[in-house]
Amino acid sequence: MIRRGLPLLGPACVAGYLLTAVLAPLLIPAGRLDPVRATGPPLTPPSYRFPLGTDSAGRSVLELTLCGSRWSLLIGVTATVLAVGLGAAIALASGHFGGPGGAVLDRVVEWFVILPQLPFAVALGGVLAPGALPVLLAIAVTSWAGVARVVRAAVLAVEAEPYLERVRALGAGHVHQLRHHVLPAVRPVVLATASLTLANAVLTETTLSFLGLGDPTRVSWGSVLHDAAVTGAVTAGAWWCLLPPGLALIVLVLGFEASARLIGSIPDGRVR
Amino acid sequence: MTAADLRLQDLSVTYRGARGPVPAVRSVTLAIAAGAPVGLAGESGSGKSTIAHAVLRLLPPGTELTGQILLDGEDVVTMGWGRLRAVRWAGAAIVFQGALHALNPIRRVVDQVAEPVLIHSAGTTHRQARDRAAEMLSRVGLPAGTSARYPHQLSGGQRQLALIAMAMVCSPRFVIADEPTSAVDTVTRARVVRLLTATAAEQDIGLLLISHDLTLLTTACTRLAVMYAGRVIEHGPTADLASAPRHPYTAALLAAAPAVGDPAARYRPRGLPGDPPDPTALPPGCAFQPRCPRATAACATTDVELRADGPARRTACLHPGPAT
Repeated sequence: MIRRGLPLLGPACVAGYLLTAVLAPLLIPAGRLDPVRATGPPLTPPSYRFPLGTDSAGRSVLELTLCGSRWSLLIGVTATVLAVGLGAAIALASGHFGGPGGAVLDRVVEWFVILPQLPFAVALGGVLAPGALPVLLAIAVTSWAGVARVVRAAVLAVEAEPYLERVRALGAGHVHQLRHHVLPAVRPVVLATASLTLANAVLTETTLSFLGLGDPTRVSWGSVLHDAAVTGAVTAGAWWCLLPPGLALIVLVLGFEASARLIGSIPDGRVR
Repeated sequence: MTAADLRLQDLSVTYRGARGPVPAVRSVTLAIAAGAPVGLAGESGSGKSTIAHAVLRLLPPGTELTGQILLDGEDVVTMGWGRLRAVRWAGAAIVFQGALHALNPIRRVVDQVAEPVLIHSAGTTHRQARDRAAEMLSRVGLPAGTSARYPHQLSGGQRQLALIAMAMVCSPRFVIADEPTSAVDTVTRARVVRLLTATAAEQDIGLLLISHDLTLLTTACTRLAVMYAGRVIEHGPTADLASAPRHPYTAALLAAAPAVGDPAARYRPRGLPGDPPDPTALPPGCAFQPRCPRATAACATTDVELRADGPARRTACLHPGPAT
């Protein structure tokens, strides 16, 4: 459906979010989202002045949602870079070199695959000072193993290709084999996995912030939802405090998923 | 520069199978010198490709390799890892079978032909390597436009020519062509073989041509060796071996090739009964004895070695003689 209808909808959606995140500070004056200096009355429904209403501190929910994308994306992207980098490196090592070392790496990966994300993040939040670090670590540590497994399967498929035997016969070292043959062949898989990991990372960041495990000084979608829950916006029936960040999150995650699917479905033009 | 020479001394290769060792090559002795291409023939599974891979030590880990592989006097079997990598391609190169699979589908042909240059000549820039590769590609007769293409845009014959260019690009001392023609049509086949022998003669490269097609080898090689069940069973000058085979297996291989335009050949019984033996369970005595028309009781008890049979020939048979 996504492929046939609007193939670029996913990437366009992701690009829109990135643009918003970059431009938000230019559109919204600094300090407007400080609860102390908020200008509006608390919990007003959507109006001309506040298109998406205000929260219990009198801040514009529209501005909160726009600004919230910054932190959610930043944490998500950083965690994904860590997870995909580590996962792909481990996968290349275990898939290319194999042997007893590879078997040990595979067991380590399996151990991390079954690590439950939420309890681990809560435990980490309890040990480390609240802030960006425990969130980042929790997402990266629980995501890299999944990336490693998928990429390893792709590496093994490439390793069995006769052209790698040919390259070994040429006298090529491991660096040459990996850089010129294995890595380019698994790159589409890595990219598609990265897009899915990114979706999951943003979702997890929101979850953790909603649970109050995020950085309390930053505005993110999770923290907006958290504030709404603890300050009584939910019980007051202020739906406008919940829907905008929630929908923004859903659309972004769907955008990532569609992008991953698009990357996975692009037939490499150079291969028959 | 002295003439290149490659000598296999009593070479045995034993693969580690799931159910015990698999002797794929059993004490083969063979010498190849520049200017005199040697052909290696035999059925599938007779150990031809294993020899090709053994020369560059491309065998799977755990494989047992005994004897000597002397490349210009230097033993490949005992070579250190670094020296081995240097020797691969610069000393001896392989033309692989299955040209489509030996090329990476997502890289341009010229870049792949340039790879050995980059690996073996330190300090070569990408541009220099690519120029050298393009020059080699045009030398093997590929049209100028093909070098910038991807493997799937070339025909099977063109891909095979590209692999020959790749084998020659580092000016190796030796080229081993492992069934270079199995994936190409008959017309291209002759062209590929002619190109290989011509380039080898021109650059003073030693050439070992491996094929199951004995007729093809007779057109290109000065000496022929026929393998059966991991052993060379007959070895001699091409003309003698092709016109007067001494080993019954060689005779059967030659008879298996149809002669176009010879109506009598159509009615002559040919082919061999039975299948090549399982290398893990070789028959007692001569490995060919169960399929041999000349087998006697003695054949089942004597494992006959390759021995002198006439001035320039060697045969591993108790009853060598002209084909019956």
